[in-house]
Amino acid sequence: MSKRTFVVWRGNKDGGNFVEYPVEVEEGMVVLDAIHQIQRTSAPDLACRWNCKAAKCGSCSAEVNGKPRLMCKTRLDDLPGEEAITVKPLKSFPIIRDLVTDVSWNYTVNKKIPPFTPKKGADFIMQQSDVDRVQEFRKCIECFLCQNVCHVVREHNQKSHFFGPRFFIRVASLEMHPMDALNRIPQIKKEGGLGRCNITKCCTEVCPEEIHITDNGIIPLKERVVDQFFDPVQIVIRKITGADKPQPTE
Amino acid sequence: MLDKYETHEHDVVIIGAGGAGLRAAIECSARGLKTALICKSLLGKAHTVMAEGGIAAALANVESADSWQTHFQDTMFGGKYLNNWRMAELHAKESPDRVRELERWGAVFDRTPEGKILQRAFGGHTYKRLAHVGDRTGLELIRTLQDKGIHQGIDVYMECTISRLLKDGDRMTGAFGYWRENGRFVVFKAKAVILATGGVGKCFKITSNSWEGTADGHALGFEAGAELVDMEFVQFHPTGMVWPPGVMGLLVTEAVRGEGGILRNSKGERFMEKYDPKRMELSTRDVVARSIYTEVKEGRGSPHGGCFLDISHRGAEYVKRKLPSMYHQFKELADVDITKEPMEVGPTCHYIMGGIKVDADTGATRVPGLFAAGECTGGMHGSNRLGGNSLSDLLVFGRRAGIGAGDYAAGAPAANIAEAEVEAAAAEMTGYFGRPNPESPYKLHIDLQNMMQSMVGIFREEGDLTAAIAKLQEFKQRYEHVAVEEGQRMYNPGWHLCRDLKNMLICSEAIARAALMRKESRGGHSRLDFPKYDSYWGEHNIIISKDGPAMKVEPRETVKVAELAPLVEARKAKESSK
Ligand SMILES: Cc1cc2nc3c(=O)[nH]c(=O)nc-3n(C[C@H](O)[C@H](O)[C@H](O)COP(=O)(O)OP(=O)(O)OC[C@H]3O[C@@H](n4cnc5c(N)ncnc54)[C@H](O)[C@@H]3O)c2cc1C
Ligand code: SF4
Ligand code: SF4
Ligand code: FES
Repeated sequence: MSKRTFVVWRGNKDGGNFVEYPVEVEEGMVVLDAIHQIQRTSAPDLACRWNCKAAKCGSCSAEVNGKPRLMCKTRLDDLPGEEAITVKPLKSFPIIRDLVTDVSWNYTVNKKIPPFTPKKGADFIMQQSDVDRVQEFRKCIECFLCQNVCHVVREHNQKSHFFGPRFFIRVASLEMHPMDALNRIPQIKKEGGLGRCNITKCCTEVCPEEIHITDNGIIPLKERVVDQFFDPVQIVIRKITGADKPQPTE
Repeated sequence: MLDKYETHEHDVVIIGAGGAGLRAAIECSARGLKTALICKSLLGKAHTVMAEGGIAAALANVESADSWQTHFQDTMFGGKYLNNWRMAELHAKESPDRVRELERWGAVFDRTPEGKILQRAFGGHTYKRLAHVGDRTGLELIRTLQDKGIHQGIDVYMECTISRLLKDGDRMTGAFGYWRENGRFVVFKAKAVILATGGVGKCFKITSNSWEGTADGHALGFEAGAELVDMEFVQFHPTGMVWPPGVMGLLVTEAVRGEGGILRNSKGERFMEKYDPKRMELSTRDVVARSIYTEVKEGRGSPHGGCFLDISHRGAEYVKRKLPSMYHQFKELADVDITKEPMEVGPTCHYIMGGIKVDADTGATRVPGLFAAGECTGGMHGSNRLGGNSLSDLLVFGRRAGIGAGDYAAGAPAANIAEAEVEAAAAEMTGYFGRPNPESPYKLHIDLQNMMQSMVGIFREEGDLTAAIAKLQEFKQRYEHVAVEEGQRMYNPGWHLCRDLKNMLICSEAIARAALMRKESRGGHSRLDFPKYDSYWGEHNIIISKDGPAMKVEPRETVKVAELAPLVEARKAKESSK
């Protein structure tokens, strides 16, 4: 059995440092297995979150060798050979302890989004092709890796005026739901700060669910913002017909 | 000296935020009750999120012949008639409404060509009955309930573990726990408490359950005076991953077989032809699990001690669309492309049929003010649960427990909690710090899991079970010494595990004692020394309750519902004519 060195950030909101641990490597091992081994053998109080160990719950997010990843999905044999593997907590959220961060901001944002509101008399007859896109967004496991990498949050910490990619697609999943009655565009423009996103696509790159956050979610939302707020023809039509919800573009 | 602790007062406190707890909370808060929802993880991460294959409900969208009667019969046959008849009836009748209600709350299920909710085949269900979203149905369910619930004024307490239920005389009046984040104590006062804590998989070595499945509700309920029923019935799901070691036990959804997956042994034989030629791969879980186990034991296993499950004949396109997370799971974790090659699978501890005994209609336990719903309860599934019947169980009985507890709370006086009880609960938690001759909680846990796996696992016999009970006494002694280093109370998993061990020990003992008493094989309980059905045991459930420091184990006649007898008799006649 071979050994690898792990360098894990230990500490709390007042500070901390990297600590080295040797790990016995088993076949097919993932980073979360290594963390568990460290807990069992040398550091029983090493804090980390996890639940499913199958990339289904989005609990075990961390930065592995500088990249935001799910620890349960990151195989050791995919990380370069002899070097030590560093594991540290997500940068964009306040530290609680070791690998555990305070992600409560995300829950606060989610609460601001009005719930699904079915149209009056909705019969819920929907074709698969009409819900494919919505289902893509609903695959989100709330790992918050996209929230973590988005520079609006990471570098500029504009959490109070920005929903972040996770909640852009949450809004998109409601906005594109064939039976939803609300116009969600004004909120995502103003409160949600959609305009602050400059389509760098970093969010899409890290999404473990491979959701096309930018192409399928953010860009169509931006188009709808333009339609509703800046397109004079649309504004006139809306005034005449009283329609408060544009037709889905898909 | 007792540390300072915070106190929260509510009408109803719900422990557990999986499908059952969330559904109960929605019901309570909708009735204007001040409702607390407590969970060990973040909201939305409970075990329910992992459910894959679907939710069973006789919607009859795909096969119009389906009806609640057939669903009821399938559930009873699957449970080998030990089910609580009334629960099976309510479940079959109400689950279609609960699924439609989810859709109205925003869930987006896969569709039929007519634009209705699509349903797939699953083991033990006569018709295509499982509403689903690819293979991530649990995520859809929990997210829908979560997004509905957060707008109803429920107070959510995340990453908070309850370590004791608090009573005033006989009546339930609250709960004591600690914040995982900082280790501080917290007391919840309530007129009614609902347990919705999920499963017990962590008692076993190979399991599909997460760290949360430590039998908390089973043990808390037992300690508070509630009865447990059917504890000997543990479901080993036939298909868990067997390789690599780090993911051993991880679930491979039954939907793979529902979509046409074929099981083969190392000789390439489709061995289910031998064990259940009629239902083949879609036989009930207990049968398939035992068949795989037998193939392996007799030397026809796959390289890593399982068998082969092949879906590649359905074509890459189809497999990726219908089983996307399985595709990724194998690709990323095992380097296997399931559209081209077979998976290696073997049995994994998945679900416990047994649990807290409740009144079918209200979820009430025998302790006034204590209710329960979801996997931590027993009765609904009898000796074996059909796939998809858990998610529907959560919604049907989560809602009913919410109504039951709500009605009780509305008529109950304010709750009172004795300071001494809180002090005792706090002393228990601080007691794990800095004990002399410390025993590692991790070590004890591994020993417990190995023992349960080998002695109280898929196949059981008297000698093993007696030895297991003796071993458990020894583990209880060792438990008295489990300890962590003084000091660190912030997010300390070792400390948490110390307390979890107590729950797992209670639950393991209940399983072993019930398994020893049931001298027959039925559903999830297989005795090598009593391989057949027994007519006495076919009419009796085993009830476990606290009797001073001891565990009382007694058979009790299964309660039937006269009006349902014709349905049950018809099904029995049909099966015996086969
Ligand atoms: C991998 C997998 C796939 C499955 N697929 C299906 C399927 O396709 N169809 C189906 O019908 N069933 C399926 N099941 C079974 C089903 O998912 C579970 O039985 C069900 O989700 C249990 O729900 P629950 O609400 O009872 O508890 P859980 O979802 O397990 O939630 C328990 C809650 O209780 C909390 N809790 C526990 N103890 C404490 C404590 N001491 N203090 C505070 N909070 C506590 C936890 O934090 C959690 O929030 C599957 C199970 C697994 C493991
Ligand atoms: S595309 Fe927009 S939301 Fe996504 S990371 Fe870039 S700026 Fe953030
Ligand atoms: S969108 Fe993707 S990256 Fe973002 S939280 Fe959801 S699953 Fe994670
Ligand atoms: S543990 Fe669930 S995503 Fe990693």
